[in-house]
Order: sequence, then structure tokens, then C-alpha cells
Amino acid sequence: MRELLEGSEAVAEAVRLCKPGVVSAYPITPQTHIVEGLAAMIADGKFTSQFVNVESEHSAASVVLGSVATGVRSFTATSSQGLLLMAEVVFNIAGMRLPVIMTCANRAISAPLNIWNDHQDAITVRDSGWIQMHAENIQEALDLHIQAYRIGESPKIMLPVMVNMDGFILTHGLEVVDVPTQAQVDSFLPAYTPLYKLDVNNPLTFGPLVDPDYYMEARYAIHQTHKDVLKLIPLVKDEFQKVFGRPTGGLIEGYRIDDAEKVIVAMGSVCGTIKDVVDSLRSKGKKVGLLKIITYRPFPADAIYQALKDIPKVAVLEKAVSLGSYSPVLTEIRSAFSKPEGSGLASYSQSHGKKKSPVISGFVIGLGGRDITIDSIKEVYKRLGPKPISEEYIDLKPELLEEHI
Amino acid sequence: MAQENGHLFGSGHTACAGCGQAIAARLVVDVTGKNTIIANNTGCLEVFSTKYPESAWGVPWIHSLFENAAAVASGIEVALKYLGQKENTHVICQAGDGGTADIGLQALSGMWERGHDILSICYDNEAYMNTGVQRSGLTPFETSTSTTPIGKLSLGNPRPKKPMPEIAVAHGLVYVATASAGYPQDIQKKIKKAISLKGPKYIQIHVPCPLGWRHDSQLTYDIGKLAVETGLYPLVEYENGKLTSVRKLTKIKPVEEYLKFQGRFKHIMSSPELIKQIQAVADYNIERYGLKMEVAASAAVPVTSQPKA
Repeated sequence: MRELLEGSEAVAEAVRLCKPGVVSAYPITPQTHIVEGLAAMIADGKFTSQFVNVESEHSAASVVLGSVATGVRSFTATSSQGLLLMAEVVFNIAGMRLPVIMTCANRAISAPLNIWNDHQDAITVRDSGWIQMHAENIQEALDLHIQAYRIGESPKIMLPVMVNMDGFILTHGLEVVDVPTQAQVDSFLPAYTPLYKLDVNNPLTFGPLVDPDYYMEARYAIHQTHKDVLKLIPLVKDEFQKVFGRPTGGLIEGYRIDDAEKVIVAMGSVCGTIKDVVDSLRSKGKKVGLLKIITYRPFPADAIYQALKDIPKVAVLEKAVSLGSYSPVLTEIRSAFSKPEGSGLASYSQSHGKKKSPVISGFVIGLGGRDITIDSIKEVYKRLGPKPISEEYIDLKPELLEEHI
Repeated sequence: MAQENGHLFGSGHTACAGCGQAIAARLVVDVTGKNTIIANNTGCLEVFSTKYPESAWGVPWIHSLFENAAAVASGIEVALKYLGQKENTHVICQAGDGGTADIGLQALSGMWERGHDILSICYDNEAYMNTGVQRSGLTPFETSTSTTPIGKLSLGNPRPKKPMPEIAVAHGLVYVATASAGYPQDIQKKIKKAISLKGPKYIQIHVPCPLGWRHDSQLTYDIGKLAVETGLYPLVEYENGKLTSVRKLTKIKPVEEYLKFQGRFKHIMSSPELIKQIQAVADYNIERYGLKMEVAASAAVPVTSQPKA
């Protein structure tokens, strides 16, 4: 059914349709509308679930760790400082191979305190073992949550999934979305049948002390599973399209890149703005395009390589930084074009013999919710020249730097 | 898995000889039985009982992190409710004194305040033993630990024990008790009582640690008993906020009887002034909880006996 919904409401609808038996969260802007929506549905008897109001995000993540370990599908959501407070549990959930599903309403990290959107929160836990997907719009956010349960709970995967949606821009924006029927979701998403759980009839020990004789294999196994995730996600996308009629999901999405001379790579809601700029510049004969990263973890280096290898100039546009180094996505995309031998990531980025590589530049944009306008994006295309740029900040205010630094 | 010795906490784990915590942990799960799920904070108990690929546990058991067992247990409890299995299953959240009173206190407070039907156990060996005997919030006054060492300017831990049982009582718990590895039957009686009640429960068990307390490993029971008999570790029970039971002492021993066997108190034994300060702690407990058995002349004679002619 098509409805005008706020992004958070749309996600709450998606989660309700997935029937988690336990929901636990701690308030943080701009995530809170999602779990408020779920609390209201549970209070009204629209679906049956145990809602646990905890005293911190650390405990929110720990509650769903416990409930998924007991064999019950669960949900939590957070943002920014909340995700960082959870970080210890976030790593633990992945290490324990528990398919927790979480929304991250992406927001900047303090200090200075800032409640607006960028991607620094999710990027900061990129090495935790979670599958991380980014939504461009509210429909995608809704759809990706349904896919997240399917992917994470797959018996071959058993990993947690973080669905990222830009704080305020998507969580508080309104969009007409197609809310699936329960029958559609039920046909796509089977009930959770855990491979292992806390069960008095089959007492297992979870979370033992693992010494150097065994630890590396446990970590390696997660790394290997991420390669399986790269194969599974496109299949899930296809199945999703069969049931719901929309091509949501996958690893990456190319937009008008086939003959493009300049391509911007980006994640999340900014892709909508970029698509508008692409259309506008294309109408003037400029050969530009967009490559949207939907799945950031596992990193689809090979798919990105295939999509970009014939493009002369590429701009990686990021809402996150690695202070003291090049930005994270830029670094990873450049590494996708380097020789993989010895990197241990051969099947992430398969060897293509003599590699072609675009001129790859990196731009930081929209930190702490600074507006990304049509002009900002045009500026990025304009700056792409014959030499790579690595540390350009778009829309910086030089007058502030002079005053305060 | 069925444990070879018939206990749900099996032998063969790697605890030190004379570990009071290992003794207490076995007593607890023997009472709660096979329909028990345990969430365990990081600490000695977790480390010595679950070194992969072995496990001492005959019940489902989970360890996640140092401070979150209470939240993990909360998740287990609500999941069991969702599955309709809570009625038949006891959920235990257990930790050492650091995991309970320090790093885990926030999650524990949240779990208690939410009213989950969970029994929390604190195995109180009065310092961070797993990491080498550092001071915790439950380390007693003037104890020598590796982070409160004795020195020219230091007499050991400068602060008294954090009053965890009172903190538990303030949360409105249905049942709060202290117990001791020196009194195994008392531990089991209190666990039985706790699991007969719905709602959040807290039992703090004093567990001597030969390594950290520097006592002979065959003295675990004796030292546990002496802590109680000197008034330094009163055994009490609260139900719904009211003190309902106190283990009375017929003969209260001086604190030196307890201190003298332990290296962590060696500096105290050589100073009459410090002994006085520790005796004051015991005297406060004796007064506060009325630990002394009042042996009035009439009460000493059983009512059924006949006076001699």
C-alpha cells in the first residue's frame, strides 16, 4: 500500500512486518522516532514483541545479543554516540555470530557536539564484522530492513546487519512509500531458525575464553563469511524484486555510468542529489555518472572495480574522515585498483592482470549536516582534472578557519 | 552436557586450589537445576570455567563482556517470555565484585529497576583477582592490593566496601541476601528462597581467594566462617526492603582471628591502631544488624524443659 510516511515510521513498519520478538533501544536523536513507532504499535497490540527500555545503548545492544542468543529475532536502533557507546558490544555480537539487526540513523560524532548527519558513526565500526548497508531514500531504508533479516539470519551467514540511513534527511523526511503486505514479507522472510541457541534441553556454552591456538580461525571464519555475503546479497536482491517488484539492494548501483567520463562514488541520501546533477549535466551533453555503494561491508571491491575500470576520472565523495590519513572509502577504492597479491583480499578484488585505473580523487563533504547542494556536487565534477586530489573539503568556510584556528 | 561428577558445574576447570568462587558457583547451580540459563560477566569464573574447547557448565551459559551480563540476562529473560518458556526457566546473571559493583553496576541497576525475574549473584572476593588483585569497590578498608599497596604513605585501600546489598535493597528487589562460602548450606537455602520468588533478586556471596587474600588454600571454609564470626561479613536477608533475617553469633570473635591468616592484612596485624580501626568496622555491623545472640537467663532454657526441683 502506498503511504506518505516519515522515514522513521517507514522503518518501524518494515520492522513490524519482520516480527521481531524483542525490541530494545535507548533514546538518541535522530533515531528515536523509529523505536517510538514500534513502542506505539506494541502498546496498541498491532504486533507482539517484548519492548525493553534500557539505561544505555551498551545495554540495548546487550539485550538483543541475549535475546538473539536465546533464538528470538530482535531489533535495535541507534545513532552516533550511541553506536560508539555500543561499539564493544557491536564487535562482540559479530564475533558471537548472532544476526542482530540494527538501524543506524547516521549522525556526526562529538566533539564538537553535533546532532546532524554524516557517516562517521558507521564508518568507525566498519571493522566489527557487521554487514553494513546504506539507504539512498526512505523506500530503500524500508526495503533494506526486510532484506537485512534475510541476509543476516541465513544459516550460511549468521552475522549482524546494520542498515544505515542518513539522520534527519531520511529519518525525518517524508516520502510516499510502498509498504509491503504481511503476506509478501512472510513469503520472502522465513521465521528465524537459529543454528544454535541457549536451550536448557541442549546446554551450550557461548562466549568462552579462546586462546592463541583457536582465536585466529574464529576471526578468519567471519572474514570468509563476508565473501559469501558478497555472493548472497545480489541473490537476495533478485528474490526481493520477484516478491515486491522493486530492484532494491545489491552491492552497488551505477547511474548513467556506461559511457561516463567522470563518475562520483557516494553512499546514502546524497546519491539522490547527485542523480539530479547527473541528469542536469547530461542534458547539457556532459558525460557524468554516479556509482552508489549500497553494501559497504563486505566491501564490494571487485564490483566497484568492474564498474569503474573504464572511467577516466572518479571522485569519491565521503561524509566521513580518517583524521590524520586519507578518507576511508577513498582509500578502499584506490586499493581496489591496486594489485591484490599478498593482501589476503584476493576474492574481494580479483586480479585482472594489468590493471586499468581511473584517476581517483577524494572529497569530504557534508560533515555534521552541512548542506550538500546541487552546486556542491557540480563543484566536485568541475574539480576532477588530470591529477588526483586527495583531501579536498567541499564548502569549507575559510573565514571560520581564519578566525578560530 | 551431562557432567561426570553429577554436578551441573563440573570438575576439571582451571580454578586455583581452594577457590571459594568455584565452590559457591557449584552450590548455586546445583540448587537452580538444569532448567537454568546463566549470563556471566568477564572474570575469574568465566575464564577458569570455559577455556575453549572445554566448558565446566552443564546448563546453557553465555559470556559476552565484562559489564553487560545483566543486560544480556534481560534479553534472555524477555526472549523466554516471548517464547512462553520463562515459567519453567531460571535466569541467573552472575559476576565477581568488580563486574557487579563497579563496571557492571549500571547494567545491573537497569535490570533491577526494570523488574526482570532474574537472580543476580555477586561472587565477592573483594578485588580484581583475574587481572592480578587490583582494588575494586568491594575491597575492604585498609586491604593491601596491587593498586592499593602498602607504602610509606599508604595503609592500603583508603575506602570501605561499597554497600551493594543496600544499593540492591534501594532498587526495591523482592529478595536481597548475603552469604558465604564458609556456610554452604546457608548459600543453598538462600538460593532456594530466591528462586521461589518472582522478580529481581540479589545474593552476594563472600568467596575467599587464596591467591588474592594470600591465605593457605586449605583454609577457604575457615576464613569464610571467620569473616562472619567476627562481624566483618554479616549474613542477612531482606525481603521487599525489610531486613527479615540475620545470622546471629553466640560468640563474636575479635577481628584478628580473621585477619591473621591473610597476607593482604599483614600490615594491620603489626599495628594495634589499625586492628582497632578494623574492629570498629565489625562493631558497626554487630550493632547495626544486632548480630550478637542475646542469651538472657530465661531464654537460655528451653521452654519445654522442667526446672529441677
